[in-house]
Amino acid sequence: MSGVVGWRARLLSDTPASGREAALGRLYRGWLQFKANRLALVGLVIVLGLVVVALLAPWLVTHDPYRQNLAQRLLPPGAMGHLLGTDEFGRDILSRVIIGARVTLYIVALVALIAAPIGLIVGTAAGYLGGAVDAVLMRLTDVFLAFPSLILALAFVAALGPGIENAVIAIALTSWPPYARIARAETLTVRKSDFIAAAQIQGAGTARILFRHVMPLCISSLTVRVTLDMAGIILTAAGLGFLGLGAQPPMAEWGAMVSAGRRYILDQWWVATIPGLAIFVVSLAFNLLGDGLRDVLDPRQAR
Amino acid sequence: MSGDGSVTVRDLSVRFGRGSQAVHAVRGVSFSVAPGESFGLVGESGSGKSTVLRVLAGLNQDWQGTATISGLDVASGDRRLPRIAQMVFQDPYASLHPRHTVDRTLAEPLAIHGIGDASRRVEQALMAVGLGPGFRFRYPNQLSGGQRQRVAIARALMLEPSVLLLDEPTSALDVSVQAEILNLLHRLRRERGLTMLLVSHNLAVIAHMCDRLAVMNRGAIVEEMAVAALRRGEPREAYTRQLLLASLGYDRAVAASMVSYD
Repeated sequence: MSGVVGWRARLLSDTPASGREAALGRLYRGWLQFKANRLALVGLVIVLGLVVVALLAPWLVTHDPYRQNLAQRLLPPGAMGHLLGTDEFGRDILSRVIIGARVTLYIVALVALIAAPIGLIVGTAAGYLGGAVDAVLMRLTDVFLAFPSLILALAFVAALGPGIENAVIAIALTSWPPYARIARAETLTVRKSDFIAAAQIQGAGTARILFRHVMPLCISSLTVRVTLDMAGIILTAAGLGFLGLGAQPPMAEWGAMVSAGRRYILDQWWVATIPGLAIFVVSLAFNLLGDGLRDVLDPRQAR
Repeated sequence: MSGDGSVTVRDLSVRFGRGSQAVHAVRGVSFSVAPGESFGLVGESGSGKSTVLRVLAGLNQDWQGTATISGLDVASGDRRLPRIAQMVFQDPYASLHPRHTVDRTLAEPLAIHGIGDASRRVEQALMAVGLGPGFRFRYPNQLSGGQRQRVAIARALMLEPSVLLLDEPTSALDVSVQAEILNLLHRLRRERGLTMLLVSHNLAVIAHMCDRLAVMNRGAIVEEMAVAALRRGEPREAYTRQLLLASLGYDRAVAASMVSYD
């Protein structure tokens, strides 16, 4: 017990002994604030659950998600050991939803890893350098923002060819402009501040100021926005899958599964509904998590 | 210690904006500060005194005239300038990076200039401004205004400059803390032989800190004199006399007698 009290006291201490301890203390204070938001905790638990399910998918599935058995097609939930029933090829829906979590997580993670850094670099460079650089970068951003993202993603996939990698690239290419806008707005509020001026007087170069002084201040609002956008990314990916331009059969992707189940929606509702529910729950979880993160990281917009 | 620490400004002019919107913020200002001297620039808000300081710090690139520090042209953007002149800002709540610990703030100038032995230097700098090692890994939001200003002064001293540019270093602080910071600056100047250029609207602060001062109004220097002359109450110009009266504190009769010198 005293050990627990010990590390809590150290994390909340006013006199941390090292840079790492100071950063951990800051994280811990954020966590205490985040913890108070019940809905955000629910979101976090579901998202962590998704990660665990995706990691352990090969051991969690009850059936081979790709093995077809036409004798057992379109079985209702609970029949013959299929907890959530089977689809039109007799494949176990539960197993396919579990494997599909991997695809969803793969898309979300890859899009976030591509789009957020592009938006961050474009936005901070435009905001900090100003002038012609700002004009060129922001007009380019405007061009991307002028198209509805699903339409633009459709066009990219049509040009690159269908498939999960191309869907990821297409979604990433259409989702960075809002991040660039946010990063630029944040940069404009700090570029004239005294602490940036102090770095300039110290002789810091432009790249150093951007990466070490400006970007750390943009990251929190960007994290919030990316988390809130994850739901949209999942929906776009599912939309592309639904239209047959994302994941290709027989890959278990939730959007493609809804699309395939659409034909049986009146008589065998579970085929389309269960992957649809998975999309719904995970999107909602990312939204709740994003709201909670915003309260902690972006105090200006909270409540 | 780098450079001899002299500061010369000749016919400095700064304009903001263009055409009819242009504001002539500084009009032909000239002065010079000897090595080791403490020079004050006094004036009310908008007199252009801070603009002069920002030009010397290299923060304002659009100006005419000549400005040199230790013989180096400020306009040249010489890489040696950061190690000769550093600046302390008015508002300690805005001059420290909110996401950097004190340690990182102080180590940053060393990293930029490739100076090793950062850990020991940071500890020494904290000691020099009267902060213990317990402050080293705090974030600015865990510090009071006076403590923040001490960190800002320590940051300005990390590169061991010979010139310190001070932009109203105490005006955002409590009266009790103001005296502490002024005494700290006094001590640092004595110990390190710093040249100081202090901008303030407060004649009492200037009288406490400086050897000589220049009074600015509407972007030009109205009068230059020794602090001793100020203490004897011998300003030549009516504007300076009025500023002196104003700095004695609010008085209804004095306030009623104020004249605009615009």
